[in-house]
Amino acid sequence: MRHAKVEYQGRVRTVTIGPDDLPISDDGAVLDVTALRWLPASGGTLFGVALNYRSLLEARLPEFHQPPYQKPPEKPVLFIKTPNTRNAHQGTVARPQGERLQPGPALGVVIGRRASRISEQDALDYVRGYTVVNEFSLPEDSYYRPAIKAKCRDGFCALGPWWVDRDDIANPHDLTLTLTVNGVEKQRGSTADLIRPIPRLIAELSEFMTLNEGDVLITGTPPGRVDVSEGDQVDTTIESIGTLRNLIVTDHGGEAKQ
Amino acid sequence: MKSARIQYHGDTLAVAVNDDGHPLLADGTILDPEQVTWLPPATGTMFALGLNYADHAAELSFKAAPKEPLVFVKAANAYTGHNGRSWRPDNVEYMHYECELVAVIGKTARNVPRADALDFVAGYTLCNDYAIRDYLENYYRPNLRVKNRDSTTPVGPWIVDRDDVPDPNDLRLRTYINGELRQEGTTADMIFDVAFLIEYLSGFMTLSPGDMIATGTPKGMADVQPGDVVDVEIEGIGRLRNHMVSESDFFRNTEE
Repeated sequence: MRHAKVEYQGRVRTVTIGPDDLPISDDGAVLDVTALRWLPASGGTLFGVALNYRSLLEARLPEFHQPPYQKPPEKPVLFIKTPNTRNAHQGTVARPQGERLQPGPALGVVIGRRASRISEQDALDYVRGYTVVNEFSLPEDSYYRPAIKAKCRDGFCALGPWWVDRDDIANPHDLTLTLTVNGVEKQRGSTADLIRPIPRLIAELSEFMTLNEGDVLITGTPPGRVDVSEGDQVDTTIESIGTLRNLIVTDHGGEAKQ
Repeated sequence: MKSARIQYHGDTLAVAVNDDGHPLLADGTILDPEQVTWLPPATGTMFALGLNYADHAAELSFKAAPKEPLVFVKAANAYTGHNGRSWRPDNVEYMHYECELVAVIGKTARNVPRADALDFVAGYTLCNDYAIRDYLENYYRPNLRVKNRDSTTPVGPWIVDRDDVPDPNDLRLRTYINGELRQEGTTADMIFDVAFLIEYLSGFMTLSPGDMIATGTPKGMADVQPGDVVDVEIEGIGRLRNHMVSESDFFRNTEE
């Protein structure tokens, strides 16, 4: 089954998604999709994993034997997408003035219950489901320092439109991801290329960080990030899960808020 | 004024704290600070500074002070309150404390100029930004395995109102292990101060109430071991106590 969070008639609701991708409320009513706002598919901490696609890591290996890295990463290369980055299906993403903006299609794993020190064998018991993530970033020339200026801008992590129950995805490690810009395919990958599959990520992360209900593991972006600009419609599709749509807009520098 | 979050008789309460460090209930009842569970006084994102004191940067063999702030991010899983426990992983060589002044954001901040920045600060607290040197890899350094570990960033005990800290750039910092002074410095030696950091961060992202900016630590690191009582103290703010335990003890006692 598929589930989503939406705002409809001034209320936040959790809905199920029926055939034809229409949201259905608790009482069985089909909601008017033109009158609702999609909300981020999850509200917990967003943990990102960089360099988790084998082909991406391999392409950079020569560089990773040089300073400042010295050697390839031994543990998962992790980052946090701060709460201000949360965005939703049909949400707008502002390209910061003078910067290059790049989408990052990724499979999101939604945690279903508190997970501390979980073995790989048990890890999937702690997963609620899967969602589509577009992890926007400025280009990363370097992985040496924390990348908050590249990754933590407002609206830089879209999640949705919905999440799919874990048991409805027979093999999360064989899903095709595609990114299209204005309908033209620009990037493609498969979760079969993940260096660390989901159970291993949960085991390695929960060894030192408790994962809580609603947290999301962003399992990585395949190689080939592209630049997008104002007016572009960016669709991230993951086979068997769905298509997350975002629109790129002009950055007005952000309002000074009081 | 000081404010804190505590657990008392099973309830989570936002309370005022008097000048003697005693929490006050809404009806004026004065509580024994040893009889409450102190929670982290804020739970938003923590933006933590690396290498923000020139002497500490030199201690870590960095040739030049950074030109741009080195900022990393912590989430709520990392925080623990005053009198809480942090754990030293088994089989590591070196785990050290870091006494830091923390500014707590009081209102939504975006594109705030330096001159107005302190208007966006609710107050100040302190943290102990423990790090484990063994786990430093050169990717997103310092990485989450060093800096976002469960219960390994004590924060508290309370927030002191901004207006009660007239000069956050002139405060003594001290760290004690088992009562013995091990680290001493002054916030006057910070490279990037709170006002600068608010201007810098809000220049590319929105800061929200409850977010925290941990401003880095001066030189004077030392290893900590299970059994150690580690106090970080900042003049005019407070003294934050932490109990170091072993990995096996920490997780034995939190098994459900």
